[in-house]
Amino acid sequence: MDSSARTIVQKAPEGFLGPELIVSIQKGGIDPDRRRLIRGAFSAALGAMAGSAMGATGNPSDGDAEILNLPPWSTLLGKPVVFKPYGDPSIYETSLARRQSPGLTSVAQASVSFAPLQGLFGIITPSGLHFERHHQGWVDVDPSRHRLMINGLVGRPRVYTMDDLMRLPSVSRIHFIECGANSAMEWANVAVPTVQYTHGMISCSEFTGVPLSVLLDDAKIDRSRAKFVLAEGADGSSMTRTIPMERALDDAFVAYGMNGEMLRPENGYPLRLVVPGVQGVSWVKWLRRIEVGDQPYGAKDEVAHYVDLMPDGRLRQYTSIQEAKSVITTPSGGQKLVGQGFCNVTGLAWSGRGTIKRVDVSFDGGRNWKAARLESPQLPKALTRFNCDWTWDGSPCLLQSRAMDDTGFVQPSYRMLREVRGTRSIYHNNAIQTWRVDRSGEVSNVQL
Amino acid sequence: MKHIALLCLLGLLATTSSVVRADYAGVGRSATDAEIRAWDIDVRPDFVGLPAGQGSVSEGEALWSARCASCHGDFGDANHVFTPLIGNTTADDIRTGRVASLKAGGSYRTTFTKVSSISTLWDYINRAMPWDRPKSLSPNEVYAALAYLLHLADIVPADFVLSDKTMANVQARLPNRNGMTQEHGLWKVGGKADTRAKPCMQDCLHGDVVITSALPDHARGSHGDLAKQNRSFGAVRGVELAMGAETASPATAPVATGLGTKRTGPDVTPMLSSNGCLGCHAIDAKLLGPSFKDVAAKYADRKDATAYLASKIRGGSSGVWGVVPMPPFAQLPDETMKAITEWIAGGAAQ
Ligand code: HEC
Ligand code: HEC
Repeated sequence: MDSSARTIVQKAPEGFLGPELIVSIQKGGIDPDRRRLIRGAFSAALGAMAGSAMGATGNPSDGDAEILNLPPWSTLLGKPVVFKPYGDPSIYETSLARRQSPGLTSVAQASVSFAPLQGLFGIITPSGLHFERHHQGWVDVDPSRHRLMINGLVGRPRVYTMDDLMRLPSVSRIHFIECGANSAMEWANVAVPTVQYTHGMISCSEFTGVPLSVLLDDAKIDRSRAKFVLAEGADGSSMTRTIPMERALDDAFVAYGMNGEMLRPENGYPLRLVVPGVQGVSWVKWLRRIEVGDQPYGAKDEVAHYVDLMPDGRLRQYTSIQEAKSVITTPSGGQKLVGQGFCNVTGLAWSGRGTIKRVDVSFDGGRNWKAARLESPQLPKALTRFNCDWTWDGSPCLLQSRAMDDTGFVQPSYRMLREVRGTRSIYHNNAIQTWRVDRSGEVSNVQL
Repeated sequence: MKHIALLCLLGLLATTSSVVRADYAGVGRSATDAEIRAWDIDVRPDFVGLPAGQGSVSEGEALWSARCASCHGDFGDANHVFTPLIGNTTADDIRTGRVASLKAGGSYRTTFTKVSSISTLWDYINRAMPWDRPKSLSPNEVYAALAYLLHLADIVPADFVLSDKTMANVQARLPNRNGMTQEHGLWKVGGKADTRAKPCMQDCLHGDVVITSALPDHARGSHGDLAKQNRSFGAVRGVELAMGAETASPATAPVATGLGTKRTGPDVTPMLSSNGCLGCHAIDAKLLGPSFKDVAAKYADRKDATAYLASKIRGGSSGVWGVVPMPPFAQLPDETMKAITEWIAGGAAQ
């Protein structure tokens, strides 16, 4: 393919002053330092104009102005250490942010914000972009006043402070957390334009904390009668969820750490439950209490919500496991390819039952498939990043990805999933996502 | 040393539900009975945990109007804050214990169409309602509120008294008490999946590929300008959508950005945020409460605007902007109140 087929347009030299400099001038006025920078920027811009005057097309005939003229950051002294004691992303990184889906909910404290999967790399979600789901707003809990209680069918009911919990044996593990309602809006038809809104209720972090089994042992649970635990939050909603004992004693833990720092308040600071492979609503935030019992608790979000409506009118309760699922994140809905030729296709796969073993990618709507490369690490109940080489020749295509986990489970098509569960289930939609690429390179959300 | 070695060993085995137990000396303490009573508030479907008490439908009606109706509507059927609690159940459903409209489809799923255990509603109202003042109801008030809801749902008569003794009678009349199942493969990690796709690689489809659903043209801009939701460099760009005035709609604008910089006076953003105002108000969009821009516009000509606004914020407000009232913020420090009201009176600039 020759370069004339590229649709990408050469960028005109940007404004003379970079956004960073403009912000700094707005904040601090013009001082000798900034005056020097402005002078530098002006002469660079003049140089660029002189360059473009040389070529009839407006391009400098002897090269790229970005190379021929040194940018300001190459010619100045940078900022000192601890200028930002707790750092932020670059000022150029403003487009990827958590966003709400208009009309989904009426009030912002019982709502969702979606993670911008369309531009994230690897498997770890930056903590500030982790999706949010709150039922009664979020709170910032004072860790010195936070307590965790264990009661119910135990030999000795316990109370732990954060001091106590952080002294106990800890584990650090990478796991995804997906809201049971991820992709809910898409059950019956296409409803939203981008992967942020179709799949953005998932995030993946390294969590650190104490195995629940350690705490249950310490409280001397009655192993013959204990069948379930109830987890309860300390916030206004005091959210409760039932966890079966086999999950509680397996890989569940109470986490305080997330990606090397403490949990963010929106994610339950200073303590949340981690139940790997299970939908996010069970990962109770601001965790204050674990009760051990012999029956499920029938909490509001087990009986009135997070119930899956089947075609026969029955509601499935306690649907918890997030089955294998995958999605291509680039290119994805609402994006446009910059040109024909090579383009790496990348995406995410995960399974609540185990480890992703294989991801296949189709470019023709599922007729033929090609194995994608799985990047490392490939961990149980964690996101797995996949990549696949692709050369776009300008013709329309239908992109899909299909995940398979180590139980042999293969991600179903919409048709197959709807045959069993209909279209009104709201929760646990793990169908194969299709992205259509049209001749202009524009990508959109479609269903087959 | 031996002790430390044991701890390390336990750390290794911790996830395998090991029977090895360390004595975590000095860590944690026993909970007192009073502490357990204070926090152990859950009520199970078999009514374990239900406190004694009672409340009548008529007591519930008064409580409902005062503390619940603003968000859920006089008859529990409003949807401006949350989905309706009441509606779409029939006398026949109460008889069979299966809500027919769930199967038929086409009608709204209200709370009472789904709930299979009455304990769930008692437990939830007790722990979380009213939404803006959770845990402020006494047990008798919870009984009363629930009695009124049950009456609105035609499950109990107007002279009914709900109590720990009568809860079981109500359970036997819940419209969807038989409408649930726990028989499925999604409860346990080893549960049996209900789809069985095959990993076919070549010629996997019979017939043509047909697109059955795509976003209609008029909905392309529903989520804002997608160019602004992708980087301006890299393998792809976001599709540019010419947006009207709504471009800045906070729904698709980043959720947690500051309120901007073109403003005189102190930065009120942290005050609005730390006092919880931004939960219900945004600068230029209606949330539960009016946008601050709309408030500013309404009182632009009012000379005593700052004093008026301060009295409303301090004492709470109702009936000016709609049916949802604003709770009082009496505890707001004077200088915070001054900064916020002057900022609103000055136009609520970003
Ligand atoms: C300020 C608004 C507000 C007030 C006042 C309020 N509620 Fe609610 N209520 C909500 C919201 C929002 C939810 C959903 C919360 C969630 O998403 O988890 C809710 C949920 C409920 C539910 C559960 C419904 C379901 O299907 O999940 C019940 C029952 C309920 N409220 C009863 C009451 C009662 C009784 C009162 C008065 C004592 C009350 N509410 C006052 C906003 C309110
Ligand atoms: C629980 C939701 C909620 C919170 C929190 C909240 N408001 Fe309100 N606010 C409302 C509602 C609802 C109204 C409309 C009330 C009415 O119709 O009279 C309102 C109205 C107002 C008004 C206009 C009053 C009038 O007479 O026109 C102002 C000013 C205001 N709020 C400021 C604030 C400030 C400042 C804060 C934070 C200290 C705050 N609000 C917190 C819900 C809230």
